[in-house]
Amino acid sequence: MTQAKLPAWAIRRISRRYEKLIQAALFLCAALSVLTTAAIILVLLTNAVYAPGAKTAFFERVSFWEFVTGTHWKPVDGQYGRFGIIPLLCGTMMVAGIASLVSVPAGLGAAIYMSEYAGPREREFLKPILEILAGIPSVVFGFFALKFITPWILKPMFSLVGIDLQIFNTLSAGIVVGIMVTPLIASLSEDVIRSVPRSLREAAFALGSTRFDVSVRIVVPAALSGILAAFLLAFSRAIGETMAVTIAGGQQAIATLNPLQGAQTMTGFMVHASTGDSAADSISRMSIYAVGIALFAITLTINVISGWVLRRYREVYQ
Amino acid sequence: MSTRGSGTPRVAGQQSAPVSFISGTDGSIRRRLFLSRVFSWTCRFVTYAALAVLIVLLAAIIWSSVGRLAFDFVYNPNSSNPIKAGMLAGLWGSFWLILFTALFSVPVGVGSAIYLEEIAKDSFFVRVIKTNISNLAGVPSIVYGILGYTVFRSLAAVLKVWFDGQHAFNILGLFRLRLLKLPIYEDNILVGALTLTLVVLPTVISAAQEALRSVPSSIRVASLALGATRWQTIWRQVIPAALPGISTGVILSTSRAIGEAAPLIMLGALTITTMVPGNIDSPVKLITRPLQVLHAPLDQFTAMPIEIYDWSKRPDPQDRFTAVAASGIIVLMLVLLSVNAVAMVVRHYASRRLKW
Repeated sequence: MTQAKLPAWAIRRISRRYEKLIQAALFLCAALSVLTTAAIILVLLTNAVYAPGAKTAFFERVSFWEFVTGTHWKPVDGQYGRFGIIPLLCGTMMVAGIASLVSVPAGLGAAIYMSEYAGPREREFLKPILEILAGIPSVVFGFFALKFITPWILKPMFSLVGIDLQIFNTLSAGIVVGIMVTPLIASLSEDVIRSVPRSLREAAFALGSTRFDVSVRIVVPAALSGILAAFLLAFSRAIGETMAVTIAGGQQAIATLNPLQGAQTMTGFMVHASTGDSAADSISRMSIYAVGIALFAITLTINVISGWVLRRYREVYQ
Repeated sequence: MSTRGSGTPRVAGQQSAPVSFISGTDGSIRRRLFLSRVFSWTCRFVTYAALAVLIVLLAAIIWSSVGRLAFDFVYNPNSSNPIKAGMLAGLWGSFWLILFTALFSVPVGVGSAIYLEEIAKDSFFVRVIKTNISNLAGVPSIVYGILGYTVFRSLAAVLKVWFDGQHAFNILGLFRLRLLKLPIYEDNILVGALTLTLVVLPTVISAAQEALRSVPSSIRVASLALGATRWQTIWRQVIPAALPGISTGVILSTSRAIGEAAPLIMLGALTITTMVPGNIDSPVKLITRPLQVLHAPLDQFTAMPIEIYDWSKRPDPQDRFTAVAASGIIVLMLVLLSVNAVAMVVRHYASRRLKW
């Protein structure tokens, strides 16, 4: 028995409706990302700045000025609590700074080597290595810093010159974070370097340039916007890096710029505070949201600047 | 006009071929060639330093694991005795987490990618979504942990109150869950998986977008020309053609969640526990204990990276937990490696039939 055939207009109408439905569902999937951003901002603001209902937000108890300029971070309940973010900011910026000192030359050098010097077979070999390095979880790097870099490399080095290195120190944390973000710089920079047209290189060679001249005076300046954007992205990644820094950097929140000491970072504090057993609406718990806002604002600003640099200073070639 | 030879004349053939193109006086040529060579060696050194770091890292971990790494490490529960401590709870916790993270993130991520690549026109709102996704990719994962703690965990707490029968609307709870004796926890697997979903979603979306973009537009045009609707084109032509790329990219980006610890710690996941979600401690029980399987997503959990974090920083006078942490890292890395291997195999087999 054959099925009753629907008239053509009915099929069209049904399929059109079906089509609309699916497109709406797909749109909702995409719109979910906007919802996520909105939720992040809303959650941070309603707990840090202004809390509707019975809860008291962080900045309703601690003044914004004290938070931004205070040099003591002692997140305890009661009268001894001090909430100045400067110590955490010092720790974070030291880690990110050391990480940049490691990753900027390494990442850029690797990018130049892979695009300008290495042949296709060497590239096939080197790229997966950087990908593996990028895929290693953060806790593993934390372990590596605390159990290998500090006791087996840095401590002997510093004891030679008579400096005592603490077990928890920002230097080892910065070094491993630098190693972690190097593949990011390398792959992003390599992409932009490779998109510099071949004719530019050939013209430079024809005019008598060495490979150094071509790399440093032609290719890198032509790809500069992308390279700078990569540096900024890596810097913001280093700021948001959590587990490695928490394990290797220690948990003392002190306002210091000495990388041989331990220092707590913003992310390190958040991990530390959430493993504690303070009440959900205590001020020590609410301070997580305030630090979260600072972290979110800093990384977002750097990422936006990075995108702007990429668009604004891009050299376009036909 | 080249300035070559403006100094002392040079005998032809004395220099190798590329050198003859370099301009300048002899001394400056030598200097510039030297600089070029130093530069190339510096770049080579820096690149291979990455390889050296990788080797040293692996060697240090394997060397540190001596003393604990044995087969019983994967089926012993955690213990305060470093000789007995194992990773069973973390392995099962990570298994459930990644299962549900994949279940949530793959449909939503691929759906978003299809919308952005295949359906959306270039409107203001679409540009907002695209910018937003790239910004979300740069948000530190710990911030998602705050979001998960505040939103998902609170939702779970509400559910817990409902189903524990302390609420007026407990009918469903009484009939379904209390009958089966399934307690709900507020720091459960689903809460962790939802949070990890938000962490990996931006990368899943861009991986899927990349795969869709590599499908030649001739396929779409041909399908549309033959009278297929837009969705028929996507479902029967574009997705099958992009499937190898989509599956590889999605597997790789979702697998990053296995190594994520920060957002889970923010949620209040357990750090020291011997408990396995749903009491399912062997693969056989996945089939023989259906009730416990039902319970597992609502149970408390720990995960591999959390246990490693705890072992790494545990103060111990003789440093005995270092070997435990290193063994945990080896198991974690083997898991990651096997997931990557699966992705490679999928790419290999799925792309064999496709040629254009």
